[in-house]
Amino acid sequence: MRQSIRIALHALVANKLRAVLTMLGIIIGVGAVIALLSIGEGAQAAILQQIEDIGSNLIFVVPGDFRAGSTFSRSISTEVLTLDDAEAIAQPGNCPSVAAVAPQYEHGGEVVYRSASLYTDLIGTTPEFQEIRNYVPHIGQFFSEQDVAAAARVVAVGADVAEELFGSEDPIGRIVRINRLPFRVVAVFEKKGTSAFGDTRDRVVVMPINTALRLFGRDATSGGRSIVTSINVSARDDAHVEQAIREITFLLRDRHRIQTGTDDFSVTSQKDIMDLTASVARVLTTFLAAIAAISLLVGGIGIMNIMLVSVVERTREIGLRKAIGARPSDILTQFLIEAVILSLAGGVVGILVGIGLSALVNLSGAFMAKLSLQAIGMAVGFSIAVGLFFGIYPARRAAVLNPIEALRYE
Amino acid sequence: MDAAVIQLKDVTKVYRSGQVQVHALRGISLEIARGDLVAIMGPSGSGKSTLMNILGCLDQPTAGQYLLDGVDIGRLSDVQLADIRNRKIGFVFQNYNLLPRTTAVDNVAMPLMYARTRVRREKALDALAAVGLADRADHKPSELSGGEQQRVAIARALINDPAVILADEPTGNLDSKTGLEIIAIFQRLNSERGITVVYVTHDQEIARYTRRIIRLIDGHLAGDEPVARPMVAELARVAPTLMGG
Repeated sequence: MRQSIRIALHALVANKLRAVLTMLGIIIGVGAVIALLSIGEGAQAAILQQIEDIGSNLIFVVPGDFRAGSTFSRSISTEVLTLDDAEAIAQPGNCPSVAAVAPQYEHGGEVVYRSASLYTDLIGTTPEFQEIRNYVPHIGQFFSEQDVAAAARVVAVGADVAEELFGSEDPIGRIVRINRLPFRVVAVFEKKGTSAFGDTRDRVVVMPINTALRLFGRDATSGGRSIVTSINVSARDDAHVEQAIREITFLLRDRHRIQTGTDDFSVTSQKDIMDLTASVARVLTTFLAAIAAISLLVGGIGIMNIMLVSVVERTREIGLRKAIGARPSDILTQFLIEAVILSLAGGVVGILVGIGLSALVNLSGAFMAKLSLQAIGMAVGFSIAVGLFFGIYPARRAAVLNPIEALRYE
Repeated sequence: MDAAVIQLKDVTKVYRSGQVQVHALRGISLEIARGDLVAIMGPSGSGKSTLMNILGCLDQPTAGQYLLDGVDIGRLSDVQLADIRNRKIGFVFQNYNLLPRTTAVDNVAMPLMYARTRVRREKALDALAAVGLADRADHKPSELSGGEQQRVAIARALINDPAVILADEPTGNLDSKTGLEIIAIFQRLNSERGITVVYVTHDQEIARYTRRIIRLIDGHLAGDEPVARPMVAELARVAPTLMGG
């Protein structure tokens, strides 16, 4: 065995360039699989981390039946949630498992400060928003119930917004203009960073909900009632999330007079959404890794090709070895080991390439790629399997060569 | 000279190439005694290569019987044939057939590997010393002259103490002076170690250094006579002491 490995290494070293080119397919395949798996694993871990950060007692109520697939047509649907719905959920006694409620009206809009301006998400909500969604002011103070009641023109802004509009100036007390109306900046949120999906949670502008409803009045009413884009709810604790979802669902069905068929709203927990996202990420990762694995197959065919060439080139050597007493199994082993060394070496280099690519992703800072030992073990196993599978045919051809003809071969 | 090491009884070999049957050997019967030094001669197409292949256990007779050291070769499997070649036969080829990029000592040791022998290098060095190449052990074939390469090949043939060394035109690629040195080595191995040597050649010159000439024509035995006074080749460059082993 040791001798066979030495012979194989000898033969490979004699054709370095060819060996490297042959390994390239395996290197790319294994590298891509390792990189994708560790990136995918890292993304999932990041998502789970986010669930922990946000808290798992968060519940969203949105119009339209999420499950019936109408989310994408929500904007044109007639199904609405109103401010009254939010107040009903918040009413003591209606939903005992609910701790806090923050209705939310969202509208895109331009925020102007002197010559600077940016187009971003404007959110109208109530003070409960800061605790439910964990938007904590870094400086200043979030607006109050009174501000909501008075529809005061005050805004709390995300860290990115503050930086883009005011630069190094102190944002508190500055007047920005939205729809030409003046708004006073009362708070800047703590920087939350980019989420695993790349959305910017620091580019928000939050104002009292009544202010927003008045600002976008025409869009924000339906049949004389104020509509909201969504309702943020927090359950009393993690254990009450399911119960709270049930209570909200029954309440809203009652209010919307829905007896049978599909609801015109959806109640989802943050955890559900994150779980869904994580599972999508997982499927996507697996799918991409599977595509990358095709490269392994191509690499294997490359190995088979080069081994067939090698068998032909070394016909005389095979003839000689047989003449001096090599059994067919000796020749088979020799060529098989050569093929496995090719693919295994490719696999090892591929693993290093994969680790390098993962490190590159880490440098980008979006999230940490997680290198799993499992993936590495699998890559090694697959490399050996590819070498054996694609090496067996050329090796058999070598093993069954007729020594007389092989010796005569020019 | 005890029992015959090679016994052929009415050996025939028929090749089939497409529809045509080629009768390469048409009933050859002969014996070669242990320790003999024999030349098998014949023009091309006479069947001497076929005979060589059968003697070397690379091929099996279509009919008839071949006993090598008492073993009936016709009945053996591929694996058994490989083992017989490994233990009982040493091949020396016209073009040396050394592995390039492999040192002389490793080339010589190769049959030991297939014999699953553990201690290889020492034995290989001994064999190299026997052909006067102890100082070239770690040279690669490309660094050796033709005569030296052929001596490495002879050392390789010697290494498993074979019953027979089969040499196929062993001097065909060498100039006459170097050729004679190779012949001298064979003669010494034959006389000092009692190793049976069979040349397959069409070179009359070499034949004169043997004790017996077997002639083939058209697959038939056309002559088998002892050489009256075999010539002795001088070992010009190989020190006689090295031949002691």
